[in-house]
Parts: sequence; structure tokens; C-alpha cells
Amino acid sequence: MTRATSTAAKRQIKWKYIANYLVIGVLTLLFGGLSLAGQLGQSTVYLLEKMSISVILAVSLCLVVGFMGELSLGHAGFMCVGAYLGGKVAALLSDLLGSGNNVLALLASLLVGGLCAAVCGFLIGLPALRLRGDYLAIVTLAFGEIVRVIFQNTSLESFGGTLGMKTPRFNRNYLFLFGFLLVLATLAVIQNFLRSKHGRAVTAIRDNEIAARATGINVTKYKLIGFVLSAFFAGIAGVLYSYSNYQVESSKFGYNYSIEILVMVVLGGMGSINGSIIAAVLITYLNTRLATVLTGNLAVLQNLVYALVLVGIVIYNNAPALKSFRERVNLKALLSKLKKPVQDPAVIREDAAAWDRIPTKIDMDDLLTVELQQKKAAPADADSDGEANSDAASDETADRKKDET
Amino acid sequence: MEFLHTLINGLSLGGIYALVALGYTMVYGIAKMLNFAHGDIIMVSGYVILVFLSMTGNPLLAIFASIVFCILLGVVIEKVAYKPLRGASPLAVLITAIGVSYLLQSLAQMIFGADPKMIVIYDFGSVSIGAFSIEVKTLLTLFASLVVMISLTLFIKFSRTGRAMLAVSEDRGAAQLMGVSVNRIITITFAIGSALAALAGTFYLLKAPNMNPTFGSLPGIKAFTAAVIGGIGSVPGAMFGGLLLGIIECLCNAVPVLSPYTDAIEFLILILILLVKPTGILGKKRREKV
Repeated sequence: MTRATSTAAKRQIKWKYIANYLVIGVLTLLFGGLSLAGQLGQSTVYLLEKMSISVILAVSLCLVVGFMGELSLGHAGFMCVGAYLGGKVAALLSDLLGSGNNVLALLASLLVGGLCAAVCGFLIGLPALRLRGDYLAIVTLAFGEIVRVIFQNTSLESFGGTLGMKTPRFNRNYLFLFGFLLVLATLAVIQNFLRSKHGRAVTAIRDNEIAARATGINVTKYKLIGFVLSAFFAGIAGVLYSYSNYQVESSKFGYNYSIEILVMVVLGGMGSINGSIIAAVLITYLNTRLATVLTGNLAVLQNLVYALVLVGIVIYNNAPALKSFRERVNLKALLSKLKKPVQDPAVIREDAAAWDRIPTKIDMDDLLTVELQQKKAAPADADSDGEANSDAASDETADRKKDET
Repeated sequence: MEFLHTLINGLSLGGIYALVALGYTMVYGIAKMLNFAHGDIIMVSGYVILVFLSMTGNPLLAIFASIVFCILLGVVIEKVAYKPLRGASPLAVLITAIGVSYLLQSLAQMIFGADPKMIVIYDFGSVSIGAFSIEVKTLLTLFASLVVMISLTLFIKFSRTGRAMLAVSEDRGAAQLMGVSVNRIITITFAIGSALAALAGTFYLLKAPNMNPTFGSLPGIKAFTAAVIGGIGSVPGAMFGGLLLGIIECLCNAVPVLSPYTDAIEFLILILILLVKPTGILGKKRREKV
């Protein structure tokens, strides 16, 4: 029974993941074609770049928050590391190889940016992930601040200090395609990680750390793997940002940006990659559109709404008092109401829970109570024949055992 | 002489951190959650002082109003945002707390604008003993925070409510069986924490009179660091950690090479402490039970 349900669940998850590849693959081809035909405006292209950056960030944070159950408040810090170091490598390479659309330089800087962020993730995760509780949140928060302070105090020649660092350009018409490809790569790595032994270990730790430890899972190791992976992709998103923005400023990667990514993950439903992608696209779109509408002090209205959405969604999804309400009113319950009950045996074999709903099963309790009532009546009839009665009773129990087996 | 000056400044700043850290540590010990919105209570207290000072011109009244307002705010936040999540996963509570912090900052920015506002509560001037000169507000902060810390310790040790708080932090279920109203104790804890934060906000405003919506986040994070360094959940730990962090900050600021990196150094110390002694300097190790 459990076997049947688990395979069904596996199949479902696989489809969810494949849907991600399909949708993003189709979009890549579509926008690639449009771009070749020269149909995309500059603002659209810029928006697409931003969206791909947000999706990479949201999916990688989803791994930590949704699947590992730890809170990282320094995702923008890892992005900052990637943006500065990857951007620096790109600038050096473009000096060396001559400027232009150098794909090799792009790939090299992506790799360097991602790896540097991953190393930072390792150094931060090592002390914090050994501990239970909310220590990762604190340490990543501190890390984000440290990174900002360090890059702010660099000299003008090295990383530009407070003025920010100039980064090389790349053809706008194709950069977003690289962004889309990177989104696909991120999905491929993270989704396959989640389906692997390592990913299951990580989710097992989230669900019950003590039980996971008792089954021999090295908790710190698996948490660290997940966290470093997440930091790596944040670094890659940073490099992409440095290419997209032409300039990297440390003030951009503050606490607020980390929170914005967190809002995407929470809005998408923690632990859902599809949800994170949709929320990231939606929020990035809204940010860009609202930036022209809301100016000055009104711009904060957006933050206010994000904050309210964050608090509202978390309380709605997690409050113990709302549990029964959530179970009654949700999409799944509505869908199951719409569906007709399955009766076909071939289908039932797949749907193991359906066995409980089918009236073919013999109800043991009913049978037993009927027999007991008969037995109660029997001794009153034949008082004298005690031995025979007990024999009959033992026969009865033997029969019952046979029935059960 | 220079060193003594730095030391007193550090102790005074440390007093402010300790007051805020007490709020963090008490809430952590009793409600078992990190109240990320605690730092923003400091900011709210600053704005309340701004409003009352411009309305009445009386600094004492403004400080009193800020304390009352912050207590109410702390209790309301607890009732509205945290209480529904009691029994939910720690991650959910943590994210809600961050959301509340973000909400307070955005609200403040909407009402008062993002540009900094200068607030001078009262100009105390400075005293000098021989060649040694020090500002009165520094001494006042140090003295007041010490008095508050001592009275809080006495309150927790000897009053009925204080003992109930200790009992709840030790074992919530057992305390409830002994007739302690856990909900009431949590509310009181938030009220005390918010009052301390409001007081700390007043002192911080004396020290750094530029108000903006993110005014509370840096001292909030620093105080939090102090609470973790001292051992989160431990009241004397928060006091010790706060004073220690204040001294470290002032010493770093006094050295020209280190001064731009002061914040980074403090957070680095936090990471090192977590690496060596995760429970903090005065924290107790808790055994994990299934």
C-alpha cells in the first residue's frame, strides 16, 4: 500500500519538475525567436534578464527555506560576492581578450562568481549548521552586513568602494537567453538534487531532525551540501546581475533585497519550486511596472504590501487554529469534489487509498459483535452442558482465526 | 586617559545594547522565538519621541509616552502576529517576525519619509574632572542602564511574576500544570522587552540623533549579536554580552585602521563564538529530547 502511494507521489513530482523544464524551454525558444526577429524592445529584454535573475535566486533560496527548513537572510550577500568577484573576473578577461561579446569570459566569470559564493557559503554554514535552532538566520544576516561593509571599504581601483564597480557589457539581445539557460541549469541541478539520496536526506532532516540522525544521516553534512549549492546559484545570479546592470553597488545587496527574495519563496508556498518560479516572475514584473507608477514616498507602499503579504500568508498557512479551515477550503478538496469516485479495479490498484472506500471489504468488527450477541444468548439456553459449550466456544475462536488469516 | 574615555563610552554604548539584548533574550527564553521586530521598536520609540517633543516640548513626557506606546505596540504585535502561530513550526514564526519588522519599517517610512530627521531631546553638556572631560549623557546612559538591569534582575529573582517567568522558560508544560498562565507571562515578557527597547531607543537617540526608518535595525542586530555572544536565553548573559560588545565597538572605533570595519569585526566575533561555544559565554546547554 505504502509502496503504491509512494510511486504515485514520485510520478507526480517528476511531472511537476518536467513541466518546469518544458515551460521555460518553450519560453526560451519563443523569446529567442522574437529576439532574432528584432521584435523585443530594450525594456522587455531588461525585464526578462531581471526575471531570470530573480528565478535563480528564488529557486536556490527555496532549497534552503522550503526543503531544508532553515532560514537564510543573507542570500543577497552571496549574490553580492558573486556579482563583485565574477564581475571583476569578467572585467579582467575583457581587458585581456578585448571587449565584445565574449561567451568564454561570461562562462568563466559565472564559474568564478558561483564558486566564490559557494566557498563563502561553506565558511558560513560550517559553524551555523552544526547547531539546531535559528542560528543560520543570525549568521547569514551578519554575513550579508559583513560583505557589504567589506566591499564598501575597498579602494577605487580594486572594487570601486562606495561608488560601485563598472562591469563589462554584453549584447543585450542575447544576454537574457543566457539567463534563461542558466535558469534551466539551476532547475536541472536543484531538482535532481532534491530527487537524489542527498535531497531526500535533506527533507528528512527538515521533517524530523532527531529521527533523521537516528537513521544514520549525517545532518551537518547534508545541510551543508544543500546550503553550499544554494549559495553557488546565488553567486551565479550575482554574476548575471553584474552583466545586466553594467555596474555593481554594494548598497543594492542589503537586507531588504534578501527579504524580497524571501517573499518570493514564501509567496510561492515554501517547498514548491513551481510556486517559487511563478512568484519570482510575478514580483519582478510588479516591481518593474510599479517603479514607474509609484514614485517618491509612495514607493514604500510596495514594501508595505510585501510585508503584509508575508505575515498574512505565513499565518494563514501555519496557524494551528486555521488548520481545519485550510483542510476544508482548498484547491485539492475542490478538485476531489469535482472528480467522480473511481470504481474500476485497474484504476483502484493504482490508487491504494481507494480500497478503504470500497464496500467489498468484510467488516470484522460487525461480524464479531454479532457472534458475541449470539454467544450471550446461548448459555442461557443450555446451562447444564458447560463443557460442550466451552468446546464450541474454542471452535468458534479457531474459526475466527482462520477467517482472519 | 584616552583609554579610560573609550572604556566609559564603550560601557555606555554597551548599556544600550544590553537593554535591547535583554528583550531578545527574555522573549527567546520564554516564547522560544527570535523576535526580529524587536530592533524596530527602538525606531518606533524614536519617532514617538519626535512627535511628542514637537507637540509638547517636554522631553520627560515624550520619553514616558514612547515607553507606553512601545509597550502597547509590543503586546499588540504579540497578540496579532505571534500568538496565532504558537505551536507552529519555528521557521513560520521566524518569517512572521521578519515580516513584522519589515512592516514597521515601511509604515514608518510612509508616515515620516525616508530622509533623516534630527532630534535633540535635551542637551546635557559635559563635565570635566581636571583634564578628564566626559559628556553627561554618556554617564547618564551608563548609570540608568545599570539601574534598570539591576532592578530587572531583582524583579525576576524575587517577584511572583518574575519567578513565573523563570518557570515558564525552564519548562512551559510543567509551569502550566503548576497554575502559571503561560499566555499572561508571554504578554508580560513582550511588554517588559518593549519597554526596555523604548528606553534603549531614548539613550541611542541621545548618542546618535539622526532618525530614519532603519534607525533601529543596526542597534537591533548588534544587540542580538550581544545576546547570542552572552548566551541567548540567559539574562545575565545578555547584560554581559551587551557590555562586552559595546566596549569592543568603541575600542575598534578608536583604532583608525579598524574603524571602517567595526561592524564586520563584531559579526565576525559572533561567528567565531558560535564556532567555539555555540551556547554563548554564559548560556546553558540543553539536552535534546525526543
